[in-house]
Amino acid sequence: MRKTYQLENLDCANCAAKIENAVKELEGVTFASVSFMTQRLTVETDAELEKIIREIKKIINKIEPDCELID
Amino acid sequence: MTPKLKKTLRLIIIAAVLFAAGFFPLPQTVKITLLAASYLIVGTPIILKAGRNIVRGQIFDENFLMTIATFGAVALGEYAEAVAVMLFFQIGEFFQTYAVNRSRKSIAALMNIRPDYARVRRQGQLETVSPEEVTVGSIIIVRPGEKIPLDGIVIKGQSALDTAALTGEALPREVSEGENIVSGCINLSGVLEIKTTKIFQESTVAKILDLVENAASQKAGMENFITRFARWYTPTVVIIALLLALLPPLLINGAEFRDWGYRAITFLVISCPCALVISVPLSFFGGLGAASRCGILIKGSNYLEALNRAEIAVFDKTGTLTKGKFRVTAVKPAGISADELLETAAHIEAYSHHPIAVSIREAWNRPVNPNDISNVKEIFGTGITALFRGKEVAAGNARLLQNFGLKAPRGTAAGTVVYIVINKKYAGCLIIEDTVKEDAAETIERLKKNGLRLAVMLTGDNHAAAEKIGRKLKLDNVYAELLPADKVDKFEELINKKSADGKILFVGDGINDAPVLARSDIGIAMGGIGSDAAIEAADIVIMTDEPSKITDALDISRRTISIARENVTFAIGVKLLVLTLGALGYASIWAAVFADVGVSVLAILNAVRTLFYKPRHKKNPA
Repeated sequence: MRKTYQLENLDCANCAAKIENAVKELEGVTFASVSFMTQRLTVETDAELEKIIREIKKIINKIEPDCELID
Repeated sequence: MTPKLKKTLRLIIIAAVLFAAGFFPLPQTVKITLLAASYLIVGTPIILKAGRNIVRGQIFDENFLMTIATFGAVALGEYAEAVAVMLFFQIGEFFQTYAVNRSRKSIAALMNIRPDYARVRRQGQLETVSPEEVTVGSIIIVRPGEKIPLDGIVIKGQSALDTAALTGEALPREVSEGENIVSGCINLSGVLEIKTTKIFQESTVAKILDLVENAASQKAGMENFITRFARWYTPTVVIIALLLALLPPLLINGAEFRDWGYRAITFLVISCPCALVISVPLSFFGGLGAASRCGILIKGSNYLEALNRAEIAVFDKTGTLTKGKFRVTAVKPAGISADELLETAAHIEAYSHHPIAVSIREAWNRPVNPNDISNVKEIFGTGITALFRGKEVAAGNARLLQNFGLKAPRGTAAGTVVYIVINKKYAGCLIIEDTVKEDAAETIERLKKNGLRLAVMLTGDNHAAAEKIGRKLKLDNVYAELLPADKVDKFEELINKKSADGKILFVGDGINDAPVLARSDIGIAMGGIGSDAAIEAADIVIMTDEPSKITDALDISRRTISIARENVTFAIGVKLLVLTLGALGYASIWAAVFADVGVSVLAILNAVRTLFYKPRHKKNPA
């Protein structure tokens, strides 16, 4: 399943890259992409989506606390 | 400018004024106070962020590195430098945010096709609702100046539509009753009553928006390279800085910590890969935006990048290189006049809706008298027989002639041939051809000039017709009389002809060529407007039916890649140069600050250029 989310207040391109890398390494994630320009996160997973989203929120909170994932 | 950005700008200006004042001949204590104030104004947010990120386990964070660099400078007594590092770091960040916001906005404006509401007729009343709430088969009213909210059929009214946002085409398109209408266009002149044929989520406008918004998630190889580069660049530079500060004073006799500490600080100042990490995605984002402005929708930066390496282009014939519109190109009578032949043919074909029949009636271009024709019988796969003014007449293919025991005259013509038989005698034939699009030849020529090795056409049509087009367009190879499955096989063969790095592209109308589109590196669908199948199956959708848009796409691809490359070489080059000079003790903190911010600003300005592409190809207002 592939889903796209808006990332509000994603202000730093390097953070976007860091978030992308961290999400890619999550178990069960088969594709992840964070576009700094469109402020969007696209994630593809075969695991339970809700769990993955919780993990992603943790990652974002660690790397860029101002940034928020909009469901 | 956002309020947050405005606030940052105010802080930067105040800090800059205080900083500048610090250079006037003033007592030392006043100078120090001015600089300290300036430092605190721009530096505090960065120091706080650095502290917060360390708590969260983020090391090598740019805020942290700037903080360490400025603390180091203060420790060495380089107060002005410490302020400059923070001040210019903030200026660089400000500029980045500003440029990125501007690009985001100009692309959002480009794609300003999302309808806000639909006016639906419910029980005789007009209600304004969100487009998502409209069901299939509803009647909606669109007034001049409004966007068409959903796909449908015009049931009342006529108007001109502005399709520029979808197709890049400036000329308005006329619509009237019974015609299909595509959402996202702007109604210009008359009130239209439309019966919807799709829900909003399946309407053209929703599909296009979805495509454009998700395009940036498919990244180009260059973007991934930069991200990987950034991942090792910062830690490497920081480790070298640490070694520079510690090792020489310990190991080399007479090496002073002060001198080497200073060199380490110059390293930290250029340790941020910001310019690179922003300018490359910004370039591709601009490229995708420039393409959509021309009516070319690209599903990902990776396709924009791949286009530059296109080696083999495979074209479908009908609807792609040709208009898919038939025309009588020759009338060859035998024993009667050309006019008589055409008149007879037009009457025989009077009731048929086949495109060939339509083309014959168009060629006759005079009224057909229904009283003159009777007993019309269609013989499947052969032709039509009828009675025309008391004569037994027939029109059809070579098999029809065989049925009459007649032989086709020698000399095969390129195109579809319709033979006419009058009273069991051969009366002549009509040659019918599809017309080649005006810009097809120019497209092939320009693609070849731009490094395309092989241009090939696949078609189910007969050899003679296909080869004629092949010669006219100077195609390298033409494969004719192919069944759909043969097309895939031929395409597989062609894939083997490209080099390891080369890309093969397929251009079709997206209707029956999904398997080939899927097998190609870059699948291009033409005439995307109104065709969902095309939007779904292809990697690049050309909203109009002009093949020359492919060359525009290629130009945009080249331009984008060359701008991104300039940025990468320039930014990495300057950074390496200043790092080397810094390590050798030739570059001051000032040089490092200007190299870092200067490179960022220039790279971003350069990247923004990708947005402004002017198509070379101008369509003749025919």
